[in-house]
Amino acid sequence: MTRRVLVGFFDDPHRLLEATRAVRGAGVEIDDVHTPFPVHGMDEAMGLAPTRLGIVCFLFGLTGGFVALMGQLWVHTVSWPVNIGGKSFSAIPALIPISFEVTVLFAALGTVFTFLFRASLFPGRAATRLFEGVTDDRFAVVIDGAVGPGRIDDARQIMVSHGAITTELTEVAE
Amino acid sequence: MIETALEFERPPLIDGGKTYHDVTEDVCSPIEGGPTSAWYIAIALSSTALLTGVILVTHQIWTGIGAWGLNKTVGWAWDITNFVFWVGIGHAGTLISAILFLLRQRWRTSVNRAAEAMTLFAVMCAGIFPLIHMGRPWLAFWMFPYPNFRGPLWLNFRSPLLWDVFAISTYFIVSATFWYVGLIPDLATVRDRAKGGVRKFIFSIVSLGWNGSNRTWSRYEKLYLLLAGLSTPLVFSVHTVVSFDFATSVIPGWHTTIFPPYFVCGAIFSGFAMVLSLMIIARKVMRFEQYITLKHIDAMCRVLLLTGSIVGLAYSTELLMAYYSANPFEGFLFLNRMRGPFWWAYWSMVFCNVVVPQILWFPSARRCIPVVFIVTIFVNIGMWFERFVIIATSLHRDYLPSSWSYYSPTYVEVGTLVGSFGLFFTCFLLFCRVLPMIAVAEVKGVLEPSRRES
Repeated sequence: MTRRVLVGFFDDPHRLLEATRAVRGAGVEIDDVHTPFPVHGMDEAMGLAPTRLGIVCFLFGLTGGFVALMGQLWVHTVSWPVNIGGKSFSAIPALIPISFEVTVLFAALGTVFTFLFRASLFPGRAATRLFEGVTDDRFAVVIDGAVGPGRIDDARQIMVSHGAITTELTEVAE
Repeated sequence: MIETALEFERPPLIDGGKTYHDVTEDVCSPIEGGPTSAWYIAIALSSTALLTGVILVTHQIWTGIGAWGLNKTVGWAWDITNFVFWVGIGHAGTLISAILFLLRQRWRTSVNRAAEAMTLFAVMCAGIFPLIHMGRPWLAFWMFPYPNFRGPLWLNFRSPLLWDVFAISTYFIVSATFWYVGLIPDLATVRDRAKGGVRKFIFSIVSLGWNGSNRTWSRYEKLYLLLAGLSTPLVFSVHTVVSFDFATSVIPGWHTTIFPPYFVCGAIFSGFAMVLSLMIIARKVMRFEQYITLKHIDAMCRVLLLTGSIVGLAYSTELLMAYYSANPFEGFLFLNRMRGPFWWAYWSMVFCNVVVPQILWFPSARRCIPVVFIVTIFVNIGMWFERFVIIATSLHRDYLPSSWSYYSPTYVEVGTLVGSFGLFFTCFLLFCRVLPMIAVAEVKGVLEPSRRES
């Protein structure tokens, strides 16, 4: 399955940002923007909702800390209680370093895997919608052809007036 | 936008008026061309050192720990010195990538990739020493808790040595993850430049189908921030836990509360020294002078001066506390460090770590490459001596004079240290050949060529 899209190419992040704002201001939905590095202000310009990765990170961290602390307590009080100099079996302070490390481990790996899953990045995935030069020095604004031919023309005009170096209609994989 | 207007006033971080394409070209072309003769010479030397290490470690495992110069009194010496030394070196990478990121130090973009790679290789070197010190390294998996049929038999989670296992493993895994996440966009850049063949194939797999979509960038930036936030306390915790190996024991000279901050600062100090030594060579050999400029070297020297001064303060605090605590064992230990059989190690440490870096107070010294290089070499040596002083001199004369002894290394221990340097440099040289040594996407983010034109 392929989809018809309009792609506007830019060579400058500031002109790109202004063009994106203007196209969206004219009521044309932005499908995506492809850039060689993160352009600040682009999330607002595209109207992206803030990511919830922070919540994911917190929950994974909480899980890690809980698992590590409970696991250690279980070992030292239930499964294999060893009397070390008459100290309490369930003294929490000595269990904190490992609980902390496992918290960080779970939070970091959990967040990274969630990111990879959400962005559908995985080893061996073919790079689709890879426009010429977007990993080097070119910036591409993509408008879905489904918005209609009139809207596509409007978007093309706005992008050209904001300094697009070229625009093209092309087919991309779904 | 007042913020951006102010940034415009700052001098550019990268010299030479580079365009985005220039950055891609400069960083990617060294790995696309063939190796230079200098690289072949370097890899020949480092792999010879590595091979020496492999042979001697094999010999040591075959004959047992007796191949080392340890004795009943000095049960830890070169091995654990090397362990702490390498873990310390491994602190600069995450410091540069995480803490300087949170502090919005944008100059970090030129050095973070190589420094993070260095971290990984240094932690690998560090991990070898406790492993071979076990005597039976094939049973190393006993260090991890796993369900077993030996009764219920578990590890002692209240032991600082086990905390170390968790801290170092977590640090390695999280640093490697952070490094790889940072690499993904640059791997895609290399993939898109490759015309075909093996490079295209491999980089297509490892770049995970990256296409620069802003929907992905948006999440990616959040992920990077979260990882930086997680790595910052992690980097502090790792050397804190390493210092607990000593601080929670009752050996004079080890049993002090100053150890965690003292060790963390020492680690950053030694790590920055190693980053600087390597970067000074790499910027010359790889022709990255316009990316790693004198401003970058100056900034790193300031970090070196700060952490070096904290380390100097820690040395004097230790002395003061030994005197002020009125503990005869503690007092004796410090006098023995300064005037006993290992006096040369103590004074080498003070000279290399406290005296030599003072030259960095002068701006002209911070911008003079040969001076900086010599200072960093002194610091590398001094920080090795610091760990040796802490470990060997504290052990060799303890509470019972009848058990006092001396320690001198055998050729096996010396060769193992040489081997660990071989491993470190071999890995680093291979890294320089196959992966972009500078974070291309991050450097482009701080480039702002159009604004400079206007």
